[in-house]
Amino acid sequence: MRAVLKPACLEELFSLLERHPEALAMAGGTDLLVRLRSEPAADERPLLLLANVAELQGISDMGNEISIGAATTLTRLIADPLAGLHAPLLISAARTIGGPAVRNMATIGGNVSTASPAGDSLPPLYLLGAEIELASMQGKRRLPIGDFVAGPGRTQLHKREIITRILLPHAEDFPCRTFEKVGLRRSLAVAVTSFAGMIRLSGGIVEEARFAWGSVGPTVVRLPGLEAELVGARLDLGAVRKAAEIVRREVSPIDDIRATADYRRSVAANLLVRFLEGIHG
Amino acid sequence: MQLTFILNGNETQIDTREERRVVDLLREDLGLTGTKEGCGTGECGACTILVDGESRLSCLMVAAQLEGTRVTTVEGLEETRKGTLLRRAFAEEGAVQCGFCIPGMEMAAMALLRHDPEPTRERIRAGLSGNLCRCTGYVKIVDAVERAAEDLRCCREGR
Repeated sequence: MRAVLKPACLEELFSLLERHPEALAMAGGTDLLVRLRSEPAADERPLLLLANVAELQGISDMGNEISIGAATTLTRLIADPLAGLHAPLLISAARTIGGPAVRNMATIGGNVSTASPAGDSLPPLYLLGAEIELASMQGKRRLPIGDFVAGPGRTQLHKREIITRILLPHAEDFPCRTFEKVGLRRSLAVAVTSFAGMIRLSGGIVEEARFAWGSVGPTVVRLPGLEAELVGARLDLGAVRKAAEIVRREVSPIDDIRATADYRRSVAANLLVRFLEGIHG
Repeated sequence: MQLTFILNGNETQIDTREERRVVDLLREDLGLTGTKEGCGTGECGACTILVDGESRLSCLMVAAQLEGTRVTTVEGLEETRKGTLLRRAFAEEGAVQCGFCIPGMEMAAMALLRHDPEPTRERIRAGLSGNLCRCTGYVKIVDAVERAAEDLRCCREGR
């Protein structure tokens, strides 16, 4: 039998974690409860419900950044005006996760902590410069998302620690941006390849470019070399073709039941091409 | 645990294990077998119920999460005018073939119509996008929700 712990505030949550360090934190449960189906019946680690902890809910403006409580559902995030103002790319990605009922349950902190190579919120969070706030009885710490995610399904989360908030800097000026997810269907799909891009141009010349791909490597793939190379360039046919070649070469996807590695390479490159070709600087 | 919640309008108390899956609690302990389990992993929508008016997947919830909530299952639809009209629309539009997905479809449609009483076909498709049907091909299901929205509009306008 598995106990279910229901703290009402962070203080209570931390003291429960001290007493039950083996407890499984559960926000929406849409990943965790599926994983637990394949655990042996003898697994009796308690569930630690996060939904009633007020400090983990909602979105607020902190002056130069916005704070998203880790247990904020995707439905709430999608409807939030502050998130709409500062993180439209994240909202575009959140809309592609699961279906309506899944989004009513699943949370942003859950998507981050699952750290799936196909996690749809991750490419935007990387581009937006998200930091993950972790807290325990001992105190708080903040890690950039790229440091927090350590590998497929692996993070820097310690025992007795939980994700409390996701912090995003106020929106920077990137008039051209996109999030695209290619799956086997439009809803309830795991990404075959996803892509987030942000570009700022001045007089047809790239001032800054940021790209991130999901499902084409063990974690989100960024290509800082490519981003640097595009700065100062015009997005003509030659530049776009060259960028696509770099993407094909640099991503490191695998074959799985959804798609082959080769197909993913092509999609990763094509999503960048579609983004760049759609920009008229 | 002693679980107290409102089920289809009735205050309900039941002694259960707090980690019991909600779909099992409903079907096996409370005898409400209208809610179906398809995949058990949140990918088919057959087990959709309403918790405080919002759609949830009962295969991915534990009993403890229901404490103090207001739950509606497909059996509760006939208690309301909206639910009655929706069920009639599904039957009259021929939206039901084997029927297994229909309780989930109807609950997803209820959640949609609550926020969007006059949805376009595209928004109906989006609202039902978490529910799989392997028989009818969705067209008649979308027809049924469109018809239910129209019937509800007539109701409100007293026609």
